[in-house]
Amino acid sequence: MIRLLSGNEAFALGAYHAGVAVATAYPGTPSSEILESVARFPQVYAEWSTNEKVAMEVALGASYAGARAMASMKQVGLNVASDPFMAAATTGINGGLVVICADDPGIHSSQCEQDNRHFARLAKVPMLEPSDSQEAYDLMPLAFEISERFDTPVLARSTTRISHSKSIVKAGDNRRASPRPIAFERNPEKYVMLPTSARLRRPLIEERLVKLANHSETFPYNRIEWGDRNLGIVSSGIAYQYAREVFPKASFLKLGMTYPLPARMIGEFAAGVDRIIVIEELDPFLEESILALGIKVTGKDFIPRIGELNPGIIAESCRRAGLLPKATPLPPIKTASRLPARPPLLCAGCPHTAPFFVLSSIAKRSRNPKTKDTAPRESGLVITGDIGCYTLGAYPPWNVMDTTTCMGAGIGEALGMEKAGLADGKKLVALIGDSTFIHSGITPLVDAVYNQGHFTIIILDNGTTAMTGHQPHPGTGTSAKGEPTQAVDIESIVRAIGVRNVTVVKAFDVKEVRGAIRAAIDSNQLSVIITRGGCSVRLPKRTGPRVIDAAKCNQCGVCLTVGCPAIQTAGDQPLIDATMCAGDACTVCQQICPHQAIAPSNSQ
Amino acid sequence: MTQATKIDVLMTGVGGQGIILSSDVMAETAISCGYDVKKTDVHGMAQRGGAVTSHVRIAGKVASPLIDEGNVDILLAFEKLEAARWASYLRPGAIAIVNNHSLPPLSVALGTERYPTDTEVIGLLKQRTDDIYLVRGTSLAMKLGDARTLNILMMGCISVFTPFADEAWKKAISELVPPKVREINLTAFDKGKEEVRNARV
Repeated sequence: MIRLLSGNEAFALGAYHAGVAVATAYPGTPSSEILESVARFPQVYAEWSTNEKVAMEVALGASYAGARAMASMKQVGLNVASDPFMAAATTGINGGLVVICADDPGIHSSQCEQDNRHFARLAKVPMLEPSDSQEAYDLMPLAFEISERFDTPVLARSTTRISHSKSIVKAGDNRRASPRPIAFERNPEKYVMLPTSARLRRPLIEERLVKLANHSETFPYNRIEWGDRNLGIVSSGIAYQYAREVFPKASFLKLGMTYPLPARMIGEFAAGVDRIIVIEELDPFLEESILALGIKVTGKDFIPRIGELNPGIIAESCRRAGLLPKATPLPPIKTASRLPARPPLLCAGCPHTAPFFVLSSIAKRSRNPKTKDTAPRESGLVITGDIGCYTLGAYPPWNVMDTTTCMGAGIGEALGMEKAGLADGKKLVALIGDSTFIHSGITPLVDAVYNQGHFTIIILDNGTTAMTGHQPHPGTGTSAKGEPTQAVDIESIVRAIGVRNVTVVKAFDVKEVRGAIRAAIDSNQLSVIITRGGCSVRLPKRTGPRVIDAAKCNQCGVCLTVGCPAIQTAGDQPLIDATMCAGDACTVCQQICPHQAIAPSNSQ
Repeated sequence: MTQATKIDVLMTGVGGQGIILSSDVMAETAISCGYDVKKTDVHGMAQRGGAVTSHVRIAGKVASPLIDEGNVDILLAFEKLEAARWASYLRPGAIAIVNNHSLPPLSVALGTERYPTDTEVIGLLKQRTDDIYLVRGTSLAMKLGDARTLNILMMGCISVFTPFADEAWKKAISELVPPKVREINLTAFDKGKEEVRNARV
């Protein structure tokens, strides 16, 4: 069967055909579609877990019970899951356990650029890296086999360009059965990591690495492709495809297993070519390992270590290094003026719009484009942020986010700022989303109650994990399979932790939102405001788009500070794009217009 | 098209315009005609109204899913600013098909940046090619009764410059669009073919 599949779909199909029984994940670009795809198979138990740590633990438990299991996550997700991941590397597994992590070179949608290949070396576990969808499919059964044969979790490492590119996959039709029976044999020396047992496991890990290194010598996806012998290129993952494009005739050592490395194969390759280079994305991971074998190799002295590569970058780098002849570049495009950027925005009808508009006015962060006022203003507010669509609140016109580091961090940061003494002069507000609160906002809220914080937390509850594509989460009452389940109630959690000032407001009611935020900030007590309103992308039907009555509008510009993409301008006159406006579901611009110039289109 | 020839297509536009479905349709069409295909989209945050690009590479054998700057054979731009932004990606003499529609970024409404004029957009593309087509994609799609058919209408436009038969295109469209909008999308495809023939700048 031939199909066009994304890398993520191919991982899922490969795992399905390999008999995976339990699949877990927390959504994160570029990894989310792996679980979404595998959840479509009725024979697979698939769950969106609370966070990546829990996803890892559920998958590990399934493996201990004998099932083939996998956990998938984005690169920073493995940071969250690293505690059980490292422990699993020590205990080993029972049923095959594969952890897929998808790196984001170039930082398309992450808080940092991070080369997760280092995790394989840190945990001393084998790592497989596909370079297209076919290999993503083919490597999954091998990953489960390696896991079971060597008693180890296996790291399958993807990148944005593998996960989100589509290419042709020749796939089988049959799902094989998981090879081990579902049973748990009590074995404290393997599964109870008291120091006494962990010390017993420790030498086994080193022995395992030696065996894995031997296995990598004959692993079919590590191969030498002989071509011209004057240049030999070691590469893996997507970088291999780019390098192939630039050097169609060179000799290649193409690595599908990038930890531990096949030292003998690398030696044979190096001996067979005049010059050996490594072309890899991000850190000199392969290069340093090959140097450590005593082989003279170069790479990162001319290939960039920051951001995504592409054939053009590789060609240009290799020209500078004298590996390719000089080329005549096309003349640059001459522009008279800079083209406007198009950063992502909150959507028209987004439930975060009113809270951001209010915060922006309280914090004096927005500027009306119609006024020439540019004097600096001091609001006395510091707003710590978090990861989600609402991180876009950092952009104009709102400018209402002063920190964003990782999921759940904003609440702890606000407490830290208060304890450092900042609260004597400033008011502190922490913003977080519903999915993020459940992911990792609960424990810092416990900390804030226990250690007596006095700041305001706003939970922007849109009832979904919107940024990554509307995956359900424990607060939604829907499972990864789309089935109804018990919803975890955020308000009850907040109250149970011991927060006394808890307010729930309608996210689209500007007056209510303003009142709640004002009261919370002025109270000087630890307060939680939950703003509730559904994500507009999931709005079933849009009714009553708003229009601006030009006769009543005096072009004051206040509606432009709402930050709604449906509100545009024709010359000086603001107008609302009827195809984008969320209408009756939103009405925020209508509520804030000082001249009552905005009304439903059907009322005119 | 022989094994040695290739078509590298760059589709550009704004989140929500249906570009990812378009590049899927193009890729499936090429596969059904026996070609190797790789495609890659930049999305992630694109659903939030950001710029979207999709690279579709079609040849006898494709390695990299990304097209290099200066190597695009056909630019299919769903929005004028997003045509201008990618002018440097065109190879000399490439085909540029541009939907005559503007979606100004918020910074334009806020008065901090200026949207380019049509002359500026065409002027940028002209630095690489004279083969430019300005099509009334959005207005024709709205006239058909559904603005969301724009992406398939644009497929009609690009189809004229490919070796793939209409039947292959229509089969891919029928498989990929929801059944209840199949007919209107097939009509949009024909409209696009007709429109591009008289749209040369």
